[in-house]
Amino acid sequence: MKVLVTVTDVAVVDDEFEIDGLDVDERYLTYELNEWDDYAVEEAVQIAEDVTDVEVVTVTVGPERSEEVIRKALAKGADRAVRVWDDAIAERDLLDAETKAELLAAVAREEEPDLILSGVQSGDDSFAATGVTLAEKLGDEWAAVVNQLDLDQDEGLASVHRELEGGVDELTDVELPAVLTIQTGINEPRYASLRGIRQAQNKPLDVKSLEELGLDGSALESPLRWTATYEPESEGEATVFEGAPDETAGELAGVLRDEGVGQ
Amino acid sequence: MTVLAVAEHRRGELRDVSHELVSAGRELADATGSELHVAVVSGDVESFGDELTREGVDAVHTVDYGEEFNHDVYVQAVEALADDLDPQYLLLPHTVNGLDYAPAVAERLDYPLVTDAVGLEADGSLTVTREMYGSKVETTIEVESDHAALTVRPAEWPAAPSGGDATVEPFDVSIDEGAVRSTVTGFEEAAGGDVDISEADVLVSVGRGIEEEDNLDIIWDLAEALDATVSASRPVVDNGWLPKNRQVGQSGKVVTPDVYIAVGISGAVQHVAGMKGADTIIAINKDPNAPIFDIADYGIVDDLFEVVPALTEQFGG
Ligand SMILES: Cc1cc2nc3c(=O)[nH]c(=O)nc-3n(C[C@H](O)[C@H](O)[C@H](O)COP(=O)(O)OP(=O)(O)OC[C@H]3O[C@@H](n4cnc5c(N)ncnc54)[C@H](O)[C@@H]3O)c2cc1C
Repeated sequence: MKVLVTVTDVAVVDDEFEIDGLDVDERYLTYELNEWDDYAVEEAVQIAEDVTDVEVVTVTVGPERSEEVIRKALAKGADRAVRVWDDAIAERDLLDAETKAELLAAVAREEEPDLILSGVQSGDDSFAATGVTLAEKLGDEWAAVVNQLDLDQDEGLASVHRELEGGVDELTDVELPAVLTIQTGINEPRYASLRGIRQAQNKPLDVKSLEELGLDGSALESPLRWTATYEPESEGEATVFEGAPDETAGELAGVLRDEGVGQ
Repeated sequence: MTVLAVAEHRRGELRDVSHELVSAGRELADATGSELHVAVVSGDVESFGDELTREGVDAVHTVDYGEEFNHDVYVQAVEALADDLDPQYLLLPHTVNGLDYAPAVAERLDYPLVTDAVGLEADGSLTVTREMYGSKVETTIEVESDHAALTVRPAEWPAAPSGGDATVEPFDVSIDEGAVRSTVTGFEEAAGGDVDISEADVLVSVGRGIEEEDNLDIIWDLAEALDATVSASRPVVDNGWLPKNRQVGQSGKVVTPDVYIAVGISGAVQHVAGMKGADTIIAINKDPNAPIFDIADYGIVDDLFEVVPALTEQFGG
């Protein structure tokens, strides 16, 4: 059995930042493994530990920078990785969910996994649509926002919980092959061990261009244009206390006493 | 031309977002000189249909098939409706179920998809406003296409008032059961647990800013000094540092205490969905740009590890 996991790095913005053109100035961005993908990788690795003969392959659409988080996924137990990148992709401002799914689908068609795990969303652009779009492109079944997963390989079925609003889970059986978008909290992502980190250096990480995936520039065509980015006007009228902690705490204590708290 | 909005329901009730979609849809329909149609799929479609004849709705289409949401059924039903009505814009909810079918519908119809819209402007072309980086910035996306599918963030538009005079018409779709490859087998409620945070008058709520489980002590101390209850944002619960019944937000509890003290919580939309109804909101966060300050009444921009113990001390703790 083969499990394909989509892995991306996400940009996290510093507390203080400036916008340069369409995006936050690169100086104020740091990159980390997307939180949701961390849980997806863990889920795949746990499947590989529970069931014999499972290969876990990660797939990433991203520049060389993203190899840092790919190596992390390999260190946690994925077997090998594919990274899709191309100058033509680098030229795009906006990689929308459909475009990402198109590139991921090309890899999935080569790999032919039984199960694909992706994150519910990536923490930076939060489209929350790539996994389900990918499923539809492949003609696979899917389930979004999964917080529990039981595989029945003989039946070719994934029994999942989908975490709905308000603390209610929906219980659903999904036919394989399927794409599941994984919600945080489904498991406890492990830290990579030193041994894992060493091994990860020798695991295969293939970089593929559009051409190598049998795609041309049309795969990147999209009618969506990113036109502006700005800091939202603060709607708030928060009274912000300033000064040393004992002063601000004192002022806040006054507010709380007026509210009748702690009396 | 037509704008088509698809309602959402669960276990016998329309969800609020359905009526918000009507408001968003009416806005788009007015801007483009279109009709607003609303569709409802599965469940008690007759009563849902009546309830959806809100102000501003021109027609309601009901698809009578099954009880609860099933994405394979929804995709087929909405595809058939779109084939029939050729809507310029398709409006779907940015909810957990919306995420489970909107991308597939858009893909099947070859409509470009923009998710989690917080603003829509149709002026020749369509411009969608959405947030990025955990609400720290807003962006605009222009859609260079005649058609688009959009998911709309809940609680951004007001609910459309009842009292419209739309016609309600059954819409016939023959659902291909062979293409229904998922089965909803039931629902499960999160366990009750030791406290009901929605009953508390004062909540001290802790977020990822607390960094480590051991650091929670300072939160418990503050709560004890204030005679308050401890709640949390999702990552604290995901990490297993507090049980699920203490989680505030979209997938946790909705709380409306007199005072809500958010400590090391950024104010992500899914968190705010659970606490924006609190009377007085207080935020302690080191990031002056954290979105929580947009809804806070009082705030301290500083290190929680300094402020929280100092505040506890103020109350003799
Ligand atoms: C489908 C779905 C459902 C979700 N449901 C929920 C839900 O029900 N509830 C929920 O909360 N989230 C939910 N989320 C997750 C949500 O998107 C956010 O990821 C989450 O709310 C972030 O929690 P946080 O604010 O504690 O962490 P972060 O966003 O990481 O914020 C931590 C904050 O702490 C501050 N901080 C750090 N160190 C310090 C310090 N020393 N002193 C002071 N401040 C400090 C930082 O400035 C930052 O603002 C959901 C997401 C999805 C996709």
